[in-house]
Amino acid sequence: MNVFSWLSDFFGSADRQHGPDSIVHRITEHLVFSGEALGWAVLIAVPLGLLLGYTGKAAGLVTALSGAARALPTLGLVTLAVLLAGVGETAVLVPLVALAAPVLLVAACEGVRSTDPELRDAARGIGLTHRQVLLQVCVPWALPALLAGLRTAAVQVIATATVAAYVGLGGLGRYVVDGLATQDFAQTFGGALLVVLLAVATQVLFALLLRFALPAGLRRPRG
Amino acid sequence: MGDEPLVRWNWVRSHLGYLRGLLVDHAEISLLPVLIGLLIAVPLGLLCTRYGRLYQPLAALFNVIYALPALAVFVVLIPYTGLATQATVMIPLTCYALAVLLPTTVDGLRAVPEPVRQAATALGYGPWRRLAAVELPAAVPYLMAGLRVAAVSSISLASVGALVGRGGLGYLFMDGFQRTFPTPIVAGIVLVAALALVTDAVLLLARRLLAPWARREAVGR
Repeated sequence: MNVFSWLSDFFGSADRQHGPDSIVHRITEHLVFSGEALGWAVLIAVPLGLLLGYTGKAAGLVTALSGAARALPTLGLVTLAVLLAGVGETAVLVPLVALAAPVLLVAACEGVRSTDPELRDAARGIGLTHRQVLLQVCVPWALPALLAGLRTAAVQVIATATVAAYVGLGGLGRYVVDGLATQDFAQTFGGALLVVLLAVATQVLFALLLRFALPAGLRRPRG
Repeated sequence: MGDEPLVRWNWVRSHLGYLRGLLVDHAEISLLPVLIGLLIAVPLGLLCTRYGRLYQPLAALFNVIYALPALAVFVVLIPYTGLATQATVMIPLTCYALAVLLPTTVDGLRAVPEPVRQAATALGYGPWRRLAAVELPAAVPYLMAGLRVAAVSSISLASVGALVGRGGLGYLFMDGFQRTFPTPIVAGIVLVAALALVTDAVLLLARRLLAPWARREAVGR
């Protein structure tokens, strides 16, 4: 097996140390459009999810829609978006936002909906407005669920952003796709390994965030 | 793209047989792994409930596997399983299915209330009979919720396999993209989504039949 020689070929090559094909540059590209997609998804889905969860309206619809959204193949959306809008950031952002938004929507909605009803009643009883109850009681309560949703969304976006290289965009997928096209398996293999490492690092980062960034009162065991 | 319409219906009409072939291939490479995952998850879940210490490390391992990007895993497997073979696509999909199904199996088996378990023992049920008559049926709603998630994501992920030469309907995306011809892409998206929704509906129906008492939605991932 020549996996190790592939890896030393890949990581040892001068092209990968500096310039536009360097590993640092590709990782930065990958993180930039993953981050942008995640940012848009948060802006769109989280406020909507909090509101729908608080009112309790359309919660069933939210779950059903997000299940349907899970069925949409990202590769198909990316290729279609490029044909319709041309190669560019929008073409890859739309499918990635479509991937992340339903996850966040459900997390926000279910998180708020799971607030202890007695707690909500008590908050209303001491004279808090709906707005205050949502922001001061329900949102903190939903925080663990929201962060867990954000973790899932982030990992999925980073994993899927690899596909963007197929339509001519940058990021770590470049190595994988270019390597496949030229039968240069050292490059494909090295690129794949970097994506895996990045995805696992994201997962670990969010696990730590989930453990240490929560207020003490919210650290309850979760399944 | 010019004047090219989003869907050319005469292309769809003249390629019905081709589309059906891809659909069957897609169903096979995406759903067989879920079935295999289920066949592994149930005994493994049983082991985990018997030997509680086994579960945490296994769950952590599958959590990491679940985070691995499909395309990268397909690629990493190529030297071992070959380009454009079913195994290259189906092995990772089996692992993803297992990553979803193991926690749901364990949750399901643990959901049997202790008094129920004791009542079954008091009625003279041995461990095996109790498993078959009490514990496994109690896990069915959980398993079904897990199966729905696993099946739908497997169907959607399998299309990425086209990039390594075996992706069922995923071919349509590459084909349409390379020819700047949106019709196959739209057809592919619609067929993948339809396959996922039909599979989901079948599993929902199966749950109604197998566990009619569980009206309430069991929580999946």
